[in-house]
Amino acid sequence: MTTNIRYKSRLMKSEDSEDKQYVGFATLPNQVHRKSVKKGFDFTLMVAGESGLGKSTLVNSLFLTDLYKDRKLLNAEERINQTVEITKHTVDIEEKGVKLKLTIVDTPGFGDAVNNNECWKPITDYIDQQFEQYFRDESGLNRKNILDNRVHCCLYFIPPFGHGLRPVDVEFMKALHEKVNIVPLISKADCLTPNEVKKLKDRVRDEIERFGIKVYQFPECDSDEEEEFKQMDKELKECTPFAVIGSNTVVEARGQRVRGRLYPWGIVEVENQSHCDFVKLRNILIRSHMHDLKDVTCDVHYENYRALCIQEMTSKLAQDNRTDSPLPILPLPTPDVETERLIKMKDEELKRMQEMLEKMQQQMHEKDQ
Amino acid sequence: MSDIVPPEVRPKPAVPAKPFHVAPPNSVPSPQGMGGEGQGSGRGSALLGYIGIDTIIEQMRKKTMKTGFDFNIMVVGQSGLGKSTLVNTLFKSQVSRRSTSWSRDEKFPKTVEIKSVSHVIEEGGVKMKLTVIDTPGFGDQINNENCWEPISKYINEQYEKFLKEEVNIARKKRIPDTRVHCCLYFISPTGHSLRQLDIEFMKHLSRVVNIIPVIAKSDTLTLDEKTEFKQRVRKELEACGIECYPQKEFDEDMEDKSDNDKIREAMPFAVVGSDKEYQASGKRILGRKTPWGVVEVENPNHCEFSLLRDFMIRSHLQDLKEVTHNIHYETYRAKRLNDNGGLHPISSSGQDTQESNL
Repeated sequence: MTTNIRYKSRLMKSEDSEDKQYVGFATLPNQVHRKSVKKGFDFTLMVAGESGLGKSTLVNSLFLTDLYKDRKLLNAEERINQTVEITKHTVDIEEKGVKLKLTIVDTPGFGDAVNNNECWKPITDYIDQQFEQYFRDESGLNRKNILDNRVHCCLYFIPPFGHGLRPVDVEFMKALHEKVNIVPLISKADCLTPNEVKKLKDRVRDEIERFGIKVYQFPECDSDEEEEFKQMDKELKECTPFAVIGSNTVVEARGQRVRGRLYPWGIVEVENQSHCDFVKLRNILIRSHMHDLKDVTCDVHYENYRALCIQEMTSKLAQDNRTDSPLPILPLPTPDVETERLIKMKDEELKRMQEMLEKMQQQMHEKDQ
Repeated sequence: MSDIVPPEVRPKPAVPAKPFHVAPPNSVPSPQGMGGEGQGSGRGSALLGYIGIDTIIEQMRKKTMKTGFDFNIMVVGQSGLGKSTLVNTLFKSQVSRRSTSWSRDEKFPKTVEIKSVSHVIEEGGVKMKLTVIDTPGFGDQINNENCWEPISKYINEQYEKFLKEEVNIARKKRIPDTRVHCCLYFISPTGHSLRQLDIEFMKHLSRVVNIIPVIAKSDTLTLDEKTEFKQRVRKELEACGIECYPQKEFDEDMEDKSDNDKIREAMPFAVVGSDKEYQASGKRILGRKTPWGVVEVENPNHCEFSLLRDFMIRSHLQDLKEVTHNIHYETYRAKRLNDNGGLHPISSSGQDTQESNL
């Protein structure tokens, strides 16, 4: 490690004065690194979009796993009465000693029905539930092993067949942009020519701005970063939304075996940057911004939720006039509706009995007099 | 050109396949044989000499060429599936205005609209009045319940118009035919199966109009995915009892049946449309240029556009009109007449008060 080398070089120089000035806390990042590697990381990714847009294939391509091996595709009749479900798949991946517990939250049935009113409600409910569970765990007594199931990132798949965002896309993103990091993607980009891709991206970016949708923004570069890095970052930002293609089959192209799709007119290579933005997406999601996504979820979305929750609770407490009951320093977990009702009933009964007692007391008092 | 649909040899006023004046010359198949033109002496019947009955075909042909004929095609499908491009490619001219040229605010009409545009195109001396009926707004909203109703209403209105003309005392010599002869339904190439909206639409309309389902933008499916998807779609259509054109019940004889069976096996056609030309394999062809190759629209190995075109235009165009007239329209007419206990013939001045009896 660099610090040890520095220490050693100082020893070689054998200047005692400098040894005394060196404290050694520069090794902190390394200690954090070692601890985190031991603990392992976790990441929850949600994929949303209509069925048939290549979500499962993309997830399998991104993480080089086969999460959807035993999936049975429903035919249209079976899907008539299907509502939006939330399914979770967890897989443990290890690479160079670093463990990642990856959870993929899938949303089958989204946008498939004839009437898609509020089809995003099960999804927002799920995200809120995860926040609530974390909130309760955090406020609880035993905080050693909190399970973090909060959704860190939501990949939203926009179909390439349209002319931009459709009403259902806009509504979904607006319902979710304050709860989770949304990364919009243009799926199945191999049906578009490069011109069409550019036009569609411009259109989608315009519409996102027009409708005020807050998608995940890559953090700004520090001004002291290298020029090359800044250039790459700028290119990345201009490339959103990413146009991706997924594939799990290996084909032979230009003498190499690559992942791609074989067509009669050519071979699409998934990892070729001139064919699609898959590599960029993978870099963003995994190689450079995974931690930032988690941070934004914790610091921004979760905090918003928590603030909202506490506000609701304190306003409720003020309403019910329960200032005499001992206000806990830590906020109570939100009681559910049933117990609230019971508490209210009991309160009213108590009040009534108190009034009756007072009346009786007064009567007795008058009698006495 | 295509192997599956044999060239039409029956005596119908077929369109000889010569190149359009608009597009550059394509490879030209030889003009289809049109039955005996003044041939056929001694056909093995009891004729003692040549009478000349078979020249009636030539007479019919001359007449049709003079009057020309109309064809009305409706395109239905979600926005962005390439409907207008496909129609332009089919008829090799700009007959349909693409929605990307609309202003942004018109993008998603709140209810399904019906927009019809007519053009007269000419080929080999035959004039065709082609009407393309577009249905913007279909399937684009969040709640798409009953979005097929405006379409169903439009189709029935056209039947009603024709019926009224027919029932007139002083009828026009040639009733203008605005009935929808063919409805191209565009299926989104998800690769999984039909969507609920697709099934609902086809269920409601397959008994009213000839529906030809096509898989749009099929350059997103590999060959394996294409075959699987088509199989699944066919199974689902069968399971739901949806009969697309050509309907099995209207096959007239064994020859028809075998021809149509071949077509039914290949449906729904997976098509790619394009109005841009590129240089490939030494000639200029219609296609789409991608970084990994050029998708050739008329190459049967790449997509089934040429199958669809041959089927729809070169062999079954007249049949589409006939089925519409003899079957769908008759069904509508019978229903109307039964409902009202008879129609009163009205004079051609079309007094509105009397029409309200209908």
